[in-house]
Amino acid sequence: MEQKIIESEDVVIRFAGDSGDGMQLTGTLFADSSALYGNEISTFPDYPAEIRAPKDTVSGVSGFQVHIGSCEIDTPGDYCDVLVAMNPAALRANAKWAKPTATIIVDTDTFNPDSIKRAGFKTDDPIKELNISDRILILSPITQMTKDSLADSGLENKMILRCRNMFCLGMCFFLFNRKLDYTYSYLERKFRKKPQMIDANKKVLFDGFNYANNIHAFANTYDVAPAKQEPGIYRNISGNQATAWGLMAASEKSGLPLFCGSYPITPATAILEELAIYKSLNVKTLQAEDEIAGICTAIGASFAGNLAVTTTSGPGFSLKSEALGLAVITELPLIVVDVQRSGPSTGIPTKTEQGDLDQALYGRNGECPICVVASHSPSNCFDMAFNAAKLALEHMMPVILLSEGFIGNGSEPWKIPSMKDYPAIHPPIITSLPEGETAFKPFMRDPVTMARRWAFPGTPGLEHRVGGLEKDSDGVISSDPANHEKKVRERAEKVARVANYIPDLKVFGPEKADVLVVGWGGTYGHLFTAVRRMIAEGKSVAFAHFDYINPLPKNTAEVFSRYGKILVCELNLGQFAGYLRTCHPEFDYLQYNKVQGQPFIVEEICDAVDKIL
Amino acid sequence: MRYTQKDFKSDQEVRWCPGCGDHSVLASLLKALPEVCEEHGYSKERVVLVSGIGCSSRLPYYVDTYGFHSIHGRAMAIATGIKVANPTLSIWELTGDGDALAIGGNHFIHAIRRNIDINVILFNNQIYGLTKGQYSPTSKLGAITKTSPYGTVEHPFNPGAVVLGARGTFFARGIDTYISLNDEIMVAAAHHDGTSIVEMLVNCVIYNNGAHADIADRAVREDRTIVLRDGEPMIFGKNRDKGLILENEKLKVVKLGENGITEKDLLVHDSHTSSVGVHNMLVDMKYPEYPVALGVIRDVADKTYDDNVRDQLSEVKAKSSIQNMDELLHSGATWEVK
Repeated sequence: MEQKIIESEDVVIRFAGDSGDGMQLTGTLFADSSALYGNEISTFPDYPAEIRAPKDTVSGVSGFQVHIGSCEIDTPGDYCDVLVAMNPAALRANAKWAKPTATIIVDTDTFNPDSIKRAGFKTDDPIKELNISDRILILSPITQMTKDSLADSGLENKMILRCRNMFCLGMCFFLFNRKLDYTYSYLERKFRKKPQMIDANKKVLFDGFNYANNIHAFANTYDVAPAKQEPGIYRNISGNQATAWGLMAASEKSGLPLFCGSYPITPATAILEELAIYKSLNVKTLQAEDEIAGICTAIGASFAGNLAVTTTSGPGFSLKSEALGLAVITELPLIVVDVQRSGPSTGIPTKTEQGDLDQALYGRNGECPICVVASHSPSNCFDMAFNAAKLALEHMMPVILLSEGFIGNGSEPWKIPSMKDYPAIHPPIITSLPEGETAFKPFMRDPVTMARRWAFPGTPGLEHRVGGLEKDSDGVISSDPANHEKKVRERAEKVARVANYIPDLKVFGPEKADVLVVGWGGTYGHLFTAVRRMIAEGKSVAFAHFDYINPLPKNTAEVFSRYGKILVCELNLGQFAGYLRTCHPEFDYLQYNKVQGQPFIVEEICDAVDKIL
Repeated sequence: MRYTQKDFKSDQEVRWCPGCGDHSVLASLLKALPEVCEEHGYSKERVVLVSGIGCSSRLPYYVDTYGFHSIHGRAMAIATGIKVANPTLSIWELTGDGDALAIGGNHFIHAIRRNIDINVILFNNQIYGLTKGQYSPTSKLGAITKTSPYGTVEHPFNPGAVVLGARGTFFARGIDTYISLNDEIMVAAAHHDGTSIVEMLVNCVIYNNGAHADIADRAVREDRTIVLRDGEPMIFGKNRDKGLILENEKLKVVKLGENGITEKDLLVHDSHTSSVGVHNMLVDMKYPEYPVALGVIRDVADKTYDDNVRDQLSEVKAKSSIQNMDELLHSGATWEVK
């Protein structure tokens, strides 16, 4: 059989197995190697909430999808060209994502009557039952070959079986003409305390690669050329990592130490974990006893003069609501990062959603407006975290930064920026009583931003009290009716004026068109890809994506007025659409909504637009 | 320069009810703060008062320094954040039995577990005063209140037992009628490195009047309480003729001179012993079986959270190869596109 090399612009690979099979690592290594090779990449970890779910069941299947390309890649891809299924359950859960032309690699050793039954198949022939016999099926005894490969290693059987994922990875590296070097060096770092495991994993990886080569397993191999990228130094970054780094960048630019008080919660925990590493960059992290303590320690640190952050996800965000009100009324800078997940309540903790927007906008007692911004891609989390911190510090107010499990866990290559290209941050810190003032008035405002001044405890002459009770402009407790309304309006106006400090809404596509696709947050990649495809097909569509939600960019109405129909696409039942109806009731808003714990599929966006074109 | 009470007194009108025990605690604090500043060389602006919600939590408004009147139960967490952000500050938390032990119970035990260096004054009047008279986690079993018209069916917390259970390093108890002792206790609390919990038994004149009257009234106080002082035998009573001994692993009240008991037989207070055994028994003493223990019951040295944070920070900083953002951005696996 002669092998053909298919040159491809972009390819999607999905690794799927039991939650203990090491699929997240396998996918990450494949993605990183491809990025190093020069491909554009986008990744989508899709795993169950259970750390080790019941073996061989569909609910325990852990997946990791990688989209690589020589062209611009903005999503992890909808359907895959290559599917690796480590057991029957993985095949059953993922076969629907395999393209009609897909190559499917299956570990046949796992296809015994028991596991086939546990996966929920009704017959003993999964291939037939799934109706996938027309795909390119690579049925390989991966478990046995891994055992053979390590027969002389002296390792226990349990440890040997943990190397199965490297055999598949080796096969995939052959399929995509990739070198093994990067993975070798990764394994050397990861197992530096267990040299036996370095050798074992390397050997299995190598044997997997050779196996694919020797048996001519694949009729075709793929060549995805390096992408034409802007020159520069690149790295891979996940959204959660980028969020942590963006906050640290704001700490450096403002000269204020970073304090993060957080409680572990999926999928936000990685931000706290990342920040905990960088004590050398003036970062203090406090793993609090609960979500409330997370935000309250941050509010305390803010009062004391730190750049204060708390990170969380949906249910934890709910717990922080009361304290958010305290940050609003005390007018202290604070960044609350909510990496959204499927709700309500515990919901589906490891799956993505955009269901917390209403909570971010409205979820507090009293008149309590808060500035809300959202990240739109893994690397964009860096900029949005930086911008959120800048707004919080310069305007003396809490800012909610919405991220999503999808972009928080996902990763992409990122052209490394230089800190000199980021603006300085100037919080209104006051260190002595200005001339002409006889007593420090903590709630005296800057006439332009309406920010109050920030006097750190320990500063002589500026002693003052803040708190949750309404105060008058001198900082004295007041329940005077007129004063209360004045203060409520002032705090709202302060948030509204942020519109003067954020960029205009940009439009991708024609200045005028029949349909404007509108989105916010982590749906950016799918919406952009869909609109780009439709424009290429000659359709009259444009795309506007909101990074800034409260307040909205000042040109929002002007942009909306140029399009025939507005289609608001979000992973909820229409929270942003509802908000737009409140802010700009003069327009009609059509909606495309999906609440399945999964990102959009490019195709479904195109279909939705087609329906209204 | 030595500060005086006047330097710390704010211009705000004190709004507690006439006869409320909180007035006395404020007076003691205003007396203690200049002494604390003198002992530690603090200037006034380094003193920060943090409170939650409740009558006692109004106190920060009445002291002229930095203050944060926060939300119900969370003062411990806010104080923790302030201290971690700026360990040079002298933090005083004002809280009540409901604030610290009900809604804020979680933060209370975890601050103690961490041993963060803050001084906590826990006003215990065994009632919710600001919401007008509901039972609290320290209300006696059977207490009749607005939410327990037939008497509570809940066992109360003894704050000292909670502190010792969480391996607290400092616990003291005062009573609103004993201003001179309270001042001394507060100075000791500030002297202690770590979380200092000072329980102040205070009277709510409106909703729980006389809750501590058994022991608080000056006429009986000396016979029904014992003031513990380090290195001194445990003697009490108006005539200094009663004491405590340990018998069959229990404390026992004895009369000096009876059955040949002399001062030498009495327990000598040691607040610095790490063992919680005797401290637990002292904390648990209830009238009428025992005198109620006042003064510094436990004061043991241990590493504080804020010191550990500082030490780890400087250790990691000295070792790390990444000292700024640009270095971080270029760390790990990167590649160049030409």
